Amino acid sequence: MKKIKKIKIKVNGKVKSITENTNLLKLMKILKIPLKKVAIELNQEILDKKKMNKIVLKKNDKIEIVHFIGGG
Amino acid sequence: MEEVKLNKDSFIIGKKKFKSRLIVGTGKYKSMSDCAKAINLSGADIVTVAVRRVNITNKNKPLLMDYIDPKKITYLPNTAGCFTSKEALRTLRLAREIGGWKLVKLEVLGDKKNLFPEMIETLKSTEILSKEGFKVMVYCNDDPLMAKRLENVGACAIMPLAAPIGSGLGILNKVNIRIIRKQTKLPLIIDAGLGQASDATIAMELGCDGVLVNTAIAKAKKPFDMALAFKNAVIAGRQSYLSGRIEKNLMGKASSPSEGII
Repeated sequence: MKKIKKIKIKVNGKVKSITENTNLLKLMKILKIPLKKVAIELNQEILDKKKMNKIVLKKNDKIEIVHFIGGG
Repeated sequence: MEEVKLNKDSFIIGKKKFKSRLIVGTGKYKSMSDCAKAINLSGADIVTVAVRRVNITNKNKPLLMDYIDPKKITYLPNTAGCFTSKEALRTLRLAREIGGWKLVKLEVLGDKKNLFPEMIETLKSTEILSKEGFKVMVYCNDDPLMAKRLENVGACAIMPLAAPIGSGLGILNKVNIRIIRKQTKLPLIIDAGLGQASDATIAMELGCDGVLVNTAIAKAKKPFDMALAFKNAVIAGRQSYLSGRIEKNLMGKASSPSEGII
């Protein structure tokens, strides 16, 4: 049986191990992120949320997922 | 009849009309439901919000949008906590991506202790954001010259501080606020440093178009009552300003006629 290869990425500053060839949309589903209420950055670049299924994650990718919270 | 006067007096920012001249912050409340209740009582239809990381480990944390409906209340994304132009631009571009927000509040701080605005970075950011199509409401110091420069690079509202953020000291430099009022037709909104409802009245009587309050409501002993107090204080101050105050006199002037005294 072919061994499933894992890669390490960073999500909101935390290291996360994911299966190789995972696309960004799949990762958001795994993390249960409500897409309508967030913005996403990949390696400091803001992403078009509609194109996330076309972006395959690579080793050491840095993802930031942000939303609105209470503030002054 | 007074109400008729106020109804005709519209508060417009970035071509959008708002009912309330009180803008409130959504930070520092004990809970999201307390925050939502205070906002409701304040009558505000604009609230400031911060952009932060989603908690990916604890998904049960309540979300602001579940308590305050952005379809009913205008969210004003803020760059609180940013100390450089780069950080502020990144934050507001992300905010725009969340829901198409173009009306934003820019706040670039220069010092962690006094939280005064870093005006060089603020000016730089205002120009860039305005060119990118943002409608930028700018937190600034109470310097009329800098306020003019912000206006020249495209700010849609000038938001001078009354005093340091969260200090509750009230309006420290009324003269500068009046000078800024005189020189600009842009919405002038006092942001930061108010401590009690009467401070908001004073701001409005100086001719400001609105006030932004967070700590003074959220950290009051009775936040809900204070929210209501600020609502009334802003209305009172605006009405007083529009009514035209009497001249100040050194000596007394009797209110009753001297004629017919027995």
